[in-house]
Amino acid sequence: MWTWFHRLASPPTFYRLADRLVPWLGLLAAGLLGYGIFGGLLLAPADYQQGDAFRIIYVHVPAAALSLSVYVLMAAAGAVAVIWRIKLAECVLVAAAPIGASFTALALVTGMLWGKPMWGAYWVWDARLTSELILLFLYAGVIGLNQAIEEPRAAARACGLLALIGVINVPIVHYSVEWWNSLHQGSTILKLGRPNMSADMARPLYAALLGTYCFFGVALLRRVQNELLLRERGTAWVKEQLRSAHV
Amino acid sequence: MSSSFWNMGGYAVYVWGSYGLAAAVLAWNLLAPRLRRHDILKELSAEE
Repeated sequence: MWTWFHRLASPPTFYRLADRLVPWLGLLAAGLLGYGIFGGLLLAPADYQQGDAFRIIYVHVPAAALSLSVYVLMAAAGAVAVIWRIKLAECVLVAAAPIGASFTALALVTGMLWGKPMWGAYWVWDARLTSELILLFLYAGVIGLNQAIEEPRAAARACGLLALIGVINVPIVHYSVEWWNSLHQGSTILKLGRPNMSADMARPLYAALLGTYCFFGVALLRRVQNELLLRERGTAWVKEQLRSAHV
Repeated sequence: MSSSFWNMGGYAVYVWGSYGLAAAVLAWNLLAPRLRRHDILKELSAEE
């Protein structure tokens, strides 16, 4: 088990594994997102209260769910990077931050575009919205810190610590709608056994969610590959990659 | 496509705005690492 783990964490092994995984993940992402968007826009009936505005859910919920998951992954990679100083974990940590930030921004803006017609305001200083905005700042902090420190390994360890401290915010975002009186509606789909949505509405949402996670896989692996090339410059396997890339 | 589809029950700006931004975020997440890879490969080849 441990030897297997060590092999997987070795930069050349992981780099090649990523090359093999990306096409399949990409295909899955394209299929699931394609069905999710088609189903969300055309197959799902309009909501009886929100009309067609509810269709924003098919981009808003996957983006928001991913924004939290990516942060947890980043904090976990941060812990591994700080404690065991594994290079691959450092790469995952710094690679995840910009992707997470972009989906956090998407969740916030699509939430505003949903809030305006439903609540009458783009923004309210409500617990859910405010804690999600703090999540965006936490991502920005990790990105900024990584750029500010010259030495990449020291930068990654500092980012790991910051990511770990910020992970406190994740349960706050998640439970904010239960802990405080919030304008934001509660969870629609994560209530096992008590579905609040018809299957026509829910199926595309599950597809869009899964598709978004597969897409994240592609984006993350590509960015991790870039980090590995940079950190392993001069080694035999990177030279081999350079030769096969014909630059 | 019927005009009611594009009209989205009067919520066209909000619905299409959301989907448009999502498309932009996906495109950026595909393009940014690709461009970066190109730069890295060029930089590392120059070092050789």
